[in-house]
Amino acid sequence: MFDFVSFIPRAVMQGIPLLFGSTGETLTEKSGNLNLGIPGIMYVGAISGVMGAFTYEQSVGAANVNGFLAVAIPLFCCLLGSFLMGLLYCFLTVSLRANQNVTGLALTTFGVGFGNFFGGSLIKLSGSDVPAIVLSATSSYFRRTLPISGSTGWFGKVFLSYGFLAYLAVVIALVAAYILKRTRVGLHLRAVGESPNTADAAGINVGRYKYAATCIGSMIAGLGGLYYIMDYTSGIWSSDAFGDRGWLAIALVIFTVWRPNVGVLASFLFGGLYILHMYIPSGMNLAVKELYKMLPYVVTIIVLVISSMRNKRENQPPASLGLPYFREER
Amino acid sequence: MSLDNKTAAVKMRNITKRFGPVLANDRVWLDIYRGEILALLGENGSGKTTLMNMLSGIYFPDEGSISIDGRDVVIRSPKDAFDLGIGMIHQHFKLVDVLTAAENIVLGLEGKLDLKAASAKIREICDAYGFEVDPNQKIYDMSVSQKQTVEIVKVLYRGADILILDEPTAVLTPQETDRLFAVLRNMRDAGKAIVIITHKMHEVEALSDRVAILRHGQFIGDMPTKKTNAQEMTNMMVGHAVTLNIDRPDPVNPKPRIEVRGLTVRSIDGILKLDDVSFTANSGEILGIAGISGCGQKELLESIAGLQPVEAGSISYIEDDGRREELIGKDPLSIAEMGVSLSFVPEDRLGMGLVANMDLADNMMLRSFRKGHSLFTDRRTPKELAQAVVQNLEVSTPGISTPVRRLSGGNVQKVLVGREISSAPTVLLTAYAVRGLDINSSYTIYDLINRQKRNGVAVIYVGEDLDVLLELADRILVLCGGKVSGIVPGRGASKRDVGMMMTKLGGRADE
Repeated sequence: MFDFVSFIPRAVMQGIPLLFGSTGETLTEKSGNLNLGIPGIMYVGAISGVMGAFTYEQSVGAANVNGFLAVAIPLFCCLLGSFLMGLLYCFLTVSLRANQNVTGLALTTFGVGFGNFFGGSLIKLSGSDVPAIVLSATSSYFRRTLPISGSTGWFGKVFLSYGFLAYLAVVIALVAAYILKRTRVGLHLRAVGESPNTADAAGINVGRYKYAATCIGSMIAGLGGLYYIMDYTSGIWSSDAFGDRGWLAIALVIFTVWRPNVGVLASFLFGGLYILHMYIPSGMNLAVKELYKMLPYVVTIIVLVISSMRNKRENQPPASLGLPYFREER
Repeated sequence: MSLDNKTAAVKMRNITKRFGPVLANDRVWLDIYRGEILALLGENGSGKTTLMNMLSGIYFPDEGSISIDGRDVVIRSPKDAFDLGIGMIHQHFKLVDVLTAAENIVLGLEGKLDLKAASAKIREICDAYGFEVDPNQKIYDMSVSQKQTVEIVKVLYRGADILILDEPTAVLTPQETDRLFAVLRNMRDAGKAIVIITHKMHEVEALSDRVAILRHGQFIGDMPTKKTNAQEMTNMMVGHAVTLNIDRPDPVNPKPRIEVRGLTVRSIDGILKLDDVSFTANSGEILGIAGISGCGQKELLESIAGLQPVEAGSISYIEDDGRREELIGKDPLSIAEMGVSLSFVPEDRLGMGLVANMDLADNMMLRSFRKGHSLFTDRRTPKELAQAVVQNLEVSTPGISTPVRRLSGGNVQKVLVGREISSAPTVLLTAYAVRGLDINSSYTIYDLINRQKRNGVAVIYVGEDLDVLLELADRILVLCGGKVSGIVPGRGASKRDVGMMMTKLGGRADE
């Protein structure tokens, strides 16, 4: 019998970083910016949080960390780091009108390198004998769950066994969906992504929306990196551990046809597919495991095929996605 | 009240705007009054749209001042323009396709998003002026005239009382145009100031109270419409006297060249686009094709050029010695090599035929790059051809290495038509060749087409301006819903009859 009670929480925890990443990227793409720097930004978010937590733990000693500061400092550092990455992306693509794809890929390369470089430096500083930083004190605060979660059986395991960032991810996704669909800001943002010159002619400040959506989107995505380190891996940073989850988050944006609310369940599904290979008995044959790891990408391709076959206008990417905008362009 | 003692709603003084080395507006003066329809005239590229874009906040003037109701203002953005009551309906609609009419109309406004209240207000405006807009309809489901209505409602919703319309009739049918004009007159009588940019002289005369004329970015003059005429206005626009008669030389030795029998075409969605169409196009003759837009004109031309899958029927190409060759089933390239040339000007002008980011010479090469056996392409011939086209057709461009997208619409069209004609075709298919062109450029194009006709080319000319078709074509084929409604001789046909045939199969009015 497939063990759902242990599988689902694992899938959810695997899905949360993807949910953060895809919500952030969806907001960004709705403004017409195709930010392929998201994988790098998630790295930067993670390492910034790690640096903050590391400095704090080192300065007061792991035994006497204050619960509030242990959460607030990494959180702030993470948001600041990913905000700066988003700002850099906007400055290059919106103000200087550089090519979005090239800029995004450069940021990803930069972010991964940045993470591994400072991660490596911290490992050296800590003088640890394994190539990893362990922040268990900080992580214990991030992983804190409701006290009742242990006593409510399978219900507690499936719904209540997560740290606060996991619930925050779901809340952010739902709020983002509401804003996009129901509010004036959302309407304006969609207009900017669909047709910036229309939005401009309607009196909407296109540049401001692009900057705001991209920077906020980056900050949300950065939280995904932080969650991964502080909660999923219990506060252990090691080089390249975050892997290709950033790209999976971008695939998830397409999978959800640019709807953050769909992203909640879709990210859990992706998370499940991502770890399915650990739950399917495949014996010693590693090749079969690798095939299972392909599943999230295969599903994305299938969704792409289906959504382009249905050819519904609402399910297409924002029309000006990837294009720079300049009002006086002739 | 006479025009003289009204105070101007808008005064533009010494407005100058440069795009790089190009002087788009050069110290322009313009006054706009309330309760008046002003027609802004000028050739393509004379700076009309640029001038109005500065009023609506899209561009910012390099020099000069603007005052509204006697108060000096600075218009930095479209939002500033709205706040001053200025609304512009752009030639290329500024609408977001995936949003509904109501969402588009409230776009950019402040406050809480309440689409229900907005819809109610939209209905109110529609009732007041006699529009029909469904606030919940998506833009991509709308026809061009519906989209335009949404645009007009949008500016009225914002309370604009200075309205600018940039070539509003370019994509409308005659009936839709009449309806639009009625609305505009209503608005004028309600005390709004209206500026309309158009190239169609009969519209200027029918609608406007005053005309203002620009030439090469400079203000030439303005006068009441009643005190002038098409000839004088055209002379002012062009800068020298022009004759406003379209030549129609008699066909010389016409022989059947293209014979179409029972042509039936379905679109990808299975909709019948052409239904049992049969006709013959003769050499040395212009066959005009009339019809409401979307009645199968595009499919007809594309079938002949080999670009459209055909369900049934035959298209024969008949050579001078009477040999016949079936065109259906041939690929576009071999059809083009037989001398069938397609110069199709779609709504966006650049969609088919020219590559916007390539320069003039490279666009000429699109037709010739396959020629020759060398590993390298021949760049000299296209360059010379580009030079010749620029010279012969008076294309105004900084040089032949300018990307086509930088040229104004009229010049783009000249380049396209010039290239097609240069390949010495035996059949010239052209659609909307003068769409959006000013009167002088249009006449250049008519002249080019007539020259082809004299050379014995079979010309198939799809046009939207019935007046021109009646003057230019030797025979007119009228399409109605994909069927041939009738073929009438161009000489002596009446506009009314052809118009009736366009809307009703067989066409005779019931009276």
